[in-house]
Formats: sequence, structure tokens, C-alpha cells
Amino acid sequence: MTPEAEFHQRDRDLHPPAYTPVYKTSVLRSPRIPLWSLQNSLSEVTGPAFSPDELGPLDNDLVLNYAKQGEPIGEQTIVHGYVLDGNGQPVSNTLVEVWQANAGGRYRHRNDTYIAPIDPNFGGCGRMLTDERGYYFFRTIKPGAYPFRNRVNSWRPAHIHFSVFGTGFAQRLITQMYFEGDPLIPHDSIIATIPDKSAADRLTAKLDLNASRPLECLAYRFDIVLRGRRQTLFENKLQGG
Amino acid sequence: MTPTPFGLSYLPETPSQTAGPYVHIGLIPSQAGFEIFRNNFSGDIAGADVEGQRIVIEGRIFDGAGHVTKDVLVETWQANAAGRYNHPADQQNKSLDQRFRGWARTGTDFNTGLYTIRTIKPGSVAGRKGRKAMAPHVNFWLASRGINIGLATRMYFGDEEAANSQDPVLNIIEQSERRQSLIATRSERDGAVVYTFDIHFQGDRETVFFDV
Repeated sequence: MTPEAEFHQRDRDLHPPAYTPVYKTSVLRSPRIPLWSLQNSLSEVTGPAFSPDELGPLDNDLVLNYAKQGEPIGEQTIVHGYVLDGNGQPVSNTLVEVWQANAGGRYRHRNDTYIAPIDPNFGGCGRMLTDERGYYFFRTIKPGAYPFRNRVNSWRPAHIHFSVFGTGFAQRLITQMYFEGDPLIPHDSIIATIPDKSAADRLTAKLDLNASRPLECLAYRFDIVLRGRRQTLFENKLQGG
Repeated sequence: MTPTPFGLSYLPETPSQTAGPYVHIGLIPSQAGFEIFRNNFSGDIAGADVEGQRIVIEGRIFDGAGHVTKDVLVETWQANAAGRYNHPADQQNKSLDQRFRGWARTGTDFNTGLYTIRTIKPGSVAGRKGRKAMAPHVNFWLASRGINIGLATRMYFGDEEAANSQDPVLNIIEQSERRQSLIATRSERDGAVVYTFDIHFQGDRETVFFDV
């Protein structure tokens, strides 16, 4: 392993800390002893890769990938953007997985008991690989808001969960995307776990009218940034053998 | 973008958010209660043609009140039996097993809280330049409701005492008794080799978690 393969130190100030009493469940699930700082070894700079033949043709189309008798109810919506690293380089061929509630705010999950009905034509998950430019794209139904047991009357803004891999396991990231203009955003206990306001704001996707389809659906743009490697020398070395 | 002195500009990392209680929908839909994809990722990665000794890794994950958690996503990443990762950054002169990606994904069981990974035992991997080799280990990454940013730890093997005693990562943990939190116990059950690796978020037995 060459030093160029190492990742930049993660800036923990951009992330929520483990212990955030505003989000009650974090209290018993947060380590109390400081994390041990570990310089990258081969175990951290490497990570799993995925190939297109592992995915199905409808995996990134949440409107159709669980349609049984018809299409799901709700606003059809495009979500798209780029996965980049901290150096601004595209992260290509990386797996992006998404999951969400249906238009009524109900998850297809055996533990969700919210009153909104399950939509028989909506699964609520999808996945895709970024292309060589780091670009990803999927079509879905805009999710609804829903209540959760945090305070007596806590509601989540509409959101889509994202899971991203990158090129090394130390880049592994799970996050949530919100929709521009949602009035629940300032009231949300999960967003409030992020102390840095500008970092939190980057989780709100922007309405992207240019990417919308006239008379069909609106679009939102959400770019994702993973940690950078020490330099792109890494890529050059690999290509040069 | 965060401005930095001297015109340096790096893009700031996207902040993490909890995976939430319904992480299974996206990442393990069969556990959420439905089938949607033709091909699913799983915690059983020791395919018939993969080289190496078959092992089972299992355990439970405890919260700060000592309760077993039943909704945690568990992912593991490991080298092959020869001690090489299936990744271009690993240029060690060891054989690559293309049938073994080395990555597994599962969830703790909704009823029992047990997680199970079926894999092969990894070989030891070169350490950082100038350091000793790393003892065989499996890298763990945990995400769930209540976890704001994924937790990274490592599992070492209880029957590798000599290698563990030389491991450059175990040895940076100042309190030697805390190293025990990373070492799985070996047993045999119905002819299978089982390593039990319990994880504790907090308390007297808090697991060592890493900032990698």
C-alpha cells in the first residue's frame, strides 16, 4: 500500500456526534469511551466493489420495481446527482442504495405500524451504480412525512435514506436526503443531531426544474461527497500498473 | 464549500445520518418482510468454490442498559484465506481469489438479536510500512437507529494468540484489558467452527471502536 492510497482524516465536526440527547435512541447506543484513532492500513483503504450484472434493470426505478397491479400512488419524482470525493473527483462505479416511505409516509416494514396504508405497488427501495462521472439517477414517489416516537409529537420531514460505499471501507456512509422547502426540516430531531448548520443544509436536495420532465414529474438534485484520498496519484498508479 | 487558507479547497464530506429503524427495507429487504430484487446481498459469503476454512461468526450487540439490540445492520469486510483483499490498492504478493469479494451484510435478528456471518477465515495482512503484519481479523461496520454515524471495529480470532500479541492495531490500545473486547471466542458446534463476537456500545465491556 502506498501512502497515496490513504484517506484524509475524517472531519468529525461535519458529522453528528454519537451522543445526541435530542435524539433519544442515541443515548444508549453511543460509545462513551473516545474512538481509538487508527492510521489507515490495507483494511481501511480497501473495500467491496460491485458489478452491473449484480443489479436488475428496474433496480433504480422505484415507480416500477414493485408495481404489481398498477403504479404506486403519489408524486413521481426524479432524484439525481453526483458522488464526488473530497478532492472533487468523481467516485465512479460505486453502489448507491436508497430506501424510503411511500407517499403516505408508511414504510413497507414489519415493524412499522403507522396508520397510513401500505401501497401494494410500492416497495420503497432501489439501488444503482454511479457512472464514470460519478453520476446516479433514480425515479421514485415523493415520500410522505410521518411521526416517530422521540418526543410526544415528533415528525420526520419527507426524506430518502442513502447508503454509499466509495472505493474504500473507510468511506462507507449512510445518510438521509431532505426536500427543499419542507416546513418540518427546522423541527426535525434527526437533522438537529448535526451541530454544523451549513453541513446539515447540504442534506437538503434542491428542486431542479431543468431535470424535471414537463407534464410528468419534478426533479431534485442531491450531490454526495465522500472522503478524499491523499491524492489522485492513487488512480494513476493503478492505471499504470 | 468550506474556505481554507491559501486558496486550498476541498469538498466537505456529506454528513452522516442514522440508518433508522427501517434500514432493512433498503439493505436487507427480506428481513423487512418482502422480496424485490433478483439478487440479494447476504451474510453468507463462503461460496462452494471459495478457498479457505469455513467459519461462522455470530454474536449479539448490547446497548448501554445491557439490552440486546434487534435492529442493527452488520457489515463485514475481510481479506481472503491468503490474507489479501480483493481490491486494487492491495498489491501484496499473495494469491487473489476472484470468487471471494470479502464483504458480508446481515442484520441482528428481530427476535433473538443474534447476527450470523458465514465466511472463511482470513489470513494475516501486511501492516503499514515499517510495522508488523496484522493478525487475521474481520473489519466490522455497524449502523442502526440510534447510531448517528457508522461504528467501525475489528474482530480478531481467539485461537491466534501469538499473532494477536504482535498485532500493531491491538497493541496501540493502551489498556490491554480493552483489547479483549475485539477477540472472538472459538467453539465447535455440529461440526462447524463458530467464533462468538459480542459487541457492547457502552458499559464495563464497551467494545473498542475506531476512528479510521
